[in-house]
Amino acid sequence: MKTTSTPEIAEIADKARAWACYDCGKCTATCPIARVGGALSPRRQVLAANLGHREDIITNNALFACLTCGLCSSRCPAGVVYCELVLNLRQLAFHDGVEPECPHGGALQSMMRMMAKGKTKQDRLSWLTKDLKVQHKKGDVFYWTGCTMYYDAFFPDFNITTLDATRAAIRVLNRLGVTPVVSPDERCCGHDLLWNGDRANFELLARHNVKLVESSGAKTLVISCAECLRTWNIDYQPFFETSPPKIMHITEFMQENLDNLKFKANKEHTVTYQDPCRLGRHLGIFDPPRAILEALPDITLAEMPRSGKNSICCAGGTWSNCDRYAKHIQVDRLREAKSTGAEFLVTSCPKCQIHFACAMKDPNLHEEIEIPMRDIATLVADALAD
Amino acid sequence: MTPTKTKRKAKSGSTKWNPNIVVFACNWCSYAGADTAGVSRIQHEPHFRMIRVMCSGRIQPGFVLKAFERGADGVLVSGCHIGDCHYIFGNERALEQFEKTKNMVRLLGLEEGRLRLEWISAAEGARFAEVINDFTAQVRKLGPSPLNTGNGER
Ligand code: SF4
Ligand code: SF4
Ligand code: SF4
Ligand code: FES
Repeated sequence: MKTTSTPEIAEIADKARAWACYDCGKCTATCPIARVGGALSPRRQVLAANLGHREDIITNNALFACLTCGLCSSRCPAGVVYCELVLNLRQLAFHDGVEPECPHGGALQSMMRMMAKGKTKQDRLSWLTKDLKVQHKKGDVFYWTGCTMYYDAFFPDFNITTLDATRAAIRVLNRLGVTPVVSPDERCCGHDLLWNGDRANFELLARHNVKLVESSGAKTLVISCAECLRTWNIDYQPFFETSPPKIMHITEFMQENLDNLKFKANKEHTVTYQDPCRLGRHLGIFDPPRAILEALPDITLAEMPRSGKNSICCAGGTWSNCDRYAKHIQVDRLREAKSTGAEFLVTSCPKCQIHFACAMKDPNLHEEIEIPMRDIATLVADALAD
Repeated sequence: MTPTKTKRKAKSGSTKWNPNIVVFACNWCSYAGADTAGVSRIQHEPHFRMIRVMCSGRIQPGFVLKAFERGADGVLVSGCHIGDCHYIFGNERALEQFEKTKNMVRLLGLEEGRLRLEWISAAEGARFAEVINDFTAQVRKLGPSPLNTGNGER
């Protein structure tokens, strides 16, 4: 189904401002993959794009080695939007029949493509517990669950329950008097397919999901997963027929309503915070999670040396580039988290938890890198005064 | 892969829809079981394609999900009986993988009856035929997979 017309390389390079590059090499010096020895030079990729070397760019592994974490662009003095370049070049690659080597045998991509076909009725909401108040069709606030139910089914041996965060978010919304729409017809946002280059299936998902939220009449869309949020905030925008609802991360929503949340005293905890790349550098949401941690009684935030816009990503995004370099980055990052003395690694993206949990399974490192993880919404839900 | 959408005449003369079934079989038992059925000239339903793997432990969810994604009406996973795996514990891994696969398939909204796990030894030619017949009948009853859009594309 390779129907969508694919822009040519010159156009792609132009849109990403590749022409502005002055070959300073800051990007390559910064790149976490290059740091751990991966054969990825964003500088060279930018140059190749400028020269229009289609075959070279598409077949060299660097295109799929990139984590699209955005660290390089944040340092680029010329404003080259490297992630944008990669995103569009991967579509070109897909068009030419080149795809990433998908971890887990492509199971997650198949799951997404099945949802894109959309001919089945998913069993999407059986995790909802009685205490959670939701509605299924219409309402002012739509809560976007993302695919956490699938991840928990697929990674039963990772000792994490990403659905905890989903449930916790609804619990907090309920406490604020909100009965959110949680739809059985939600489908995968298509983030990973998009970043794998499969634009056609991404568009099928985008159209369905946008229509679903539009038809709910919601004025606000609250999202927990950082990747879903980026997709809704940026990549779905052209698909709206009416004016889009206000799209907020759960931490933004909680921050806006902090005055209405009453917390009870906690046991004392030191936590450290992982900025998901989509939430932080892609969308600029650095402060709301920190404001919430600040507001929670007895929680102290011990920042990692590399945090905020300098944060290092979980190295697993888009289910396309998991290799020894990713593992290296994850292990380093977990060591960094532990070095803060924190009891918990807090994050606000289910994927960070999954990829870090995977790294922690290394049989040789155990205590060296093991640190319990929490989603920020579960901290908030647990701290709610009765 | 072009699923047969047109109704073909079955032997009995009645018209029947024929499913597209994908069978994963390990080299040492189930595949050999199919071979035994063949050399013993046991008649059985022919509406499946068999994919041979060295051991059922290789059959990860991605294989099965890909088959369904591309429109398979049913998927049969098969291997040596527990205790008989050529690689000792491969089929125990297969069982773990199958559990995950089953859960994913349920979440995705496909009927449970489209997926089955069977242990078939190299000697069990008759049992192979029986399993195939039974599974084919079961899938036939369910009808075409909702994801079977007719051209095997994605
Ligand atoms: S940091 Fe920017 S200007 Fe420097 S080489 Fe990289 S893309 Fe070019
Ligand atoms: S986006 Fe991240 S992984 Fe990709 S080239 Fe830039 S710094 Fe490296
Ligand atoms: S790090 Fe992530 S992508 Fe890689 S194997 Fe683990 S869970 Fe899969
Ligand atoms: S060889 Fe048959 S199941 Fe392992």
